[in-house]
Amino acid sequence: MLTDAQKLAPTPGTHIQMTYLEALMQAQMEEMDRDERVVLMGEDISVYGGDKLIERFGRNRIWDTPISEGSFTGMGIGAAINGLRPIVDLEFASFAYLASDQIINQASKLRYMTGGQIDIPIVFRCCMFSTGSMAAQHADRPYPLFMNVPGLKIISPTSAADIKGLMKSAIRDGDPVLVFEEKRLWPLKGDVPTDPDHVIPIGKADVKREGKDVTLIAIAGAIRPTMEAVDALAKEGISVEVIDPRTLKPLDHEAFKTSVAKTGRLVIVENGHRVCNVGSEIVAVMAEEAFDLLKRPILRLSAPDIHVPFSPSLEKDFYPTKDHIVAAVRRLL
Amino acid sequence: MQLNGDQRLEAYRRMLRIRRFEEEGMRQFKGGKIPGPFHASMGQEAAIVGACLALRDDDAMTGTHRSHGHPIGKGAHLDALMAEVMGKEGGICKGRGGSMHLADNSVGIISESAIVGGGIPLATGCAFSARVRGVDQVTLCFFGDGAVNQGTFHESLNMASLWKLPVIYLCENNGYAITTSLAQSHGQPDIALRAAGYGMPGVTVDGQDVCAVYEAAAQAVRRARAGEGPTLIVANTYRFDEHSFGLVISGEPYRSVEEVEAHKRDRDPILLYRTVLLEEGINEESLGAVEDEVAEAVKQAVKFALASPMPRPETLPDYMFNSPLAGQYSSAAGLERN
Repeated sequence: MLTDAQKLAPTPGTHIQMTYLEALMQAQMEEMDRDERVVLMGEDISVYGGDKLIERFGRNRIWDTPISEGSFTGMGIGAAINGLRPIVDLEFASFAYLASDQIINQASKLRYMTGGQIDIPIVFRCCMFSTGSMAAQHADRPYPLFMNVPGLKIISPTSAADIKGLMKSAIRDGDPVLVFEEKRLWPLKGDVPTDPDHVIPIGKADVKREGKDVTLIAIAGAIRPTMEAVDALAKEGISVEVIDPRTLKPLDHEAFKTSVAKTGRLVIVENGHRVCNVGSEIVAVMAEEAFDLLKRPILRLSAPDIHVPFSPSLEKDFYPTKDHIVAAVRRLL
Repeated sequence: MQLNGDQRLEAYRRMLRIRRFEEEGMRQFKGGKIPGPFHASMGQEAAIVGACLALRDDDAMTGTHRSHGHPIGKGAHLDALMAEVMGKEGGICKGRGGSMHLADNSVGIISESAIVGGGIPLATGCAFSARVRGVDQVTLCFFGDGAVNQGTFHESLNMASLWKLPVIYLCENNGYAITTSLAQSHGQPDIALRAAGYGMPGVTVDGQDVCAVYEAAAQAVRRARAGEGPTLIVANTYRFDEHSFGLVISGEPYRSVEEVEAHKRDRDPILLYRTVLLEEGINEESLGAVEDEVAEAVKQAVKFALASPMPRPETLPDYMFNSPLAGQYSSAAGLERN
């Protein structure tokens, strides 16, 4: 049986094995080496971010901030306008709410509102800690909220190679990019290209598994139960194609349509709350642009419209599980 | 540090440019040429110009929704500013910003934030960038007395002090956050005292005295460039017009007609400074020449703005992104379909 790492691995080449988290850190370090304008800022990052960062780049590039999300985020934005390329690490994606005024009212809008007089090349890291009894205030997955804001690019890679390549694209991009990484993916190993210019374009989805019976679009951390479900279904002779959008804004409509043209059936799996999530958007896109490709109604699996509970017994089935996904796929056949 | 020879007339010129620009703007507003709200800075010109004159051309600035004075104070050309408040293609922000967001980056303005207190972290970050890059650029941050009660004020001042960032926080204290007075909204109304809580100097100046504001700002600039960190300056000033031009306040009056008239009569920063200049030996002829020049520049700005076309609807998505991606403009595509 394939390991998770093998399932999520890209085509082998000049690669080395590393975890998702190592790949993310390596992307930051390589980009900081490449471009001295890149600085890293956030709470406790010189400790949690690894002592290697301070050792390698010094304290003028690595900034431990006071607990002031609402303002150090804005500080990063001001610095981006004035010549730096900051990576603002908000740690918990739930803390992006504190920073949201600056992200939404300033970062996303100022280029437009000034008629293109300024650029805001900034990256916001928002890690989703969906499991592990973090309880509601630390466990949110707020990417749908930010998808409704024009002017932001949003990525949510799921493999080590993808996080490295997309993080590099985000840092090199001339606009604000939100990175929704997933803590559950941190330990996953995969083959990562050693090329320091390994970049994956923002806006391109990836086929993580080819199949012919059903298309399954998995978002961020939902890729793990999805791959387990797909393996189980394969044993029954059901062939599922797995698409990882990798970028949530803009979504790669063509990749979805190409796959559904083949399968005629679509399930979307994510850990966001149900109302107005990324699945809602994909369903709308398919209804508008590809209704005639569908043989069956689209199914969406997500977290319910309830806050993330603390107790393990309540949290256990809160997000779509392998069994939920298997059942959904069977329903469509 | 005092305003030197050339700067003395320049201070008068810039204050007058703000005043005449806004007087003309109000005429154009009444004539239906300016959409949206119009927040005038009239009465606050000395606080703005005094601070701006202490800066170098390559220094940076952030402002507020009361945004006309800041770019003019920093020396911006009037044409594109007038076109912007009319929503024209030739506007400084291509018709995407308007009266509350008159940011002119050619004079170092990185934003005019209409979210009260929203620009304070941006200015702090701008100064942070100068610090990281090792350049001696200073950032001037304008905000009003209302913004002092926002969290961004406290968080930003803390970080600026902690890292000795080259930033000047300039409070245009006109006494009213829309209709809410200082006494109604500040547990401790002496704003400059707040600086002590963050370990930086807090200076109060007469905001109707352009020389006093300049001197305080020049001192703060010197500190900032020397690596000694930020300064909070509170310029006590007064807003002659309503919060927004044409705004009808139907409830309880929050300030009396007598109060407003007394300020206009006795505390007009331009009249006060004109008297000073005459006393210092600058003759009527020189002042008259500046006045004529300003009138001509405003006239030219209106001409330019009226002649500038409205932005074409198909340009709606322009300026969204530095590096646009395929599919990024689906909303615009949606408009076309519908």
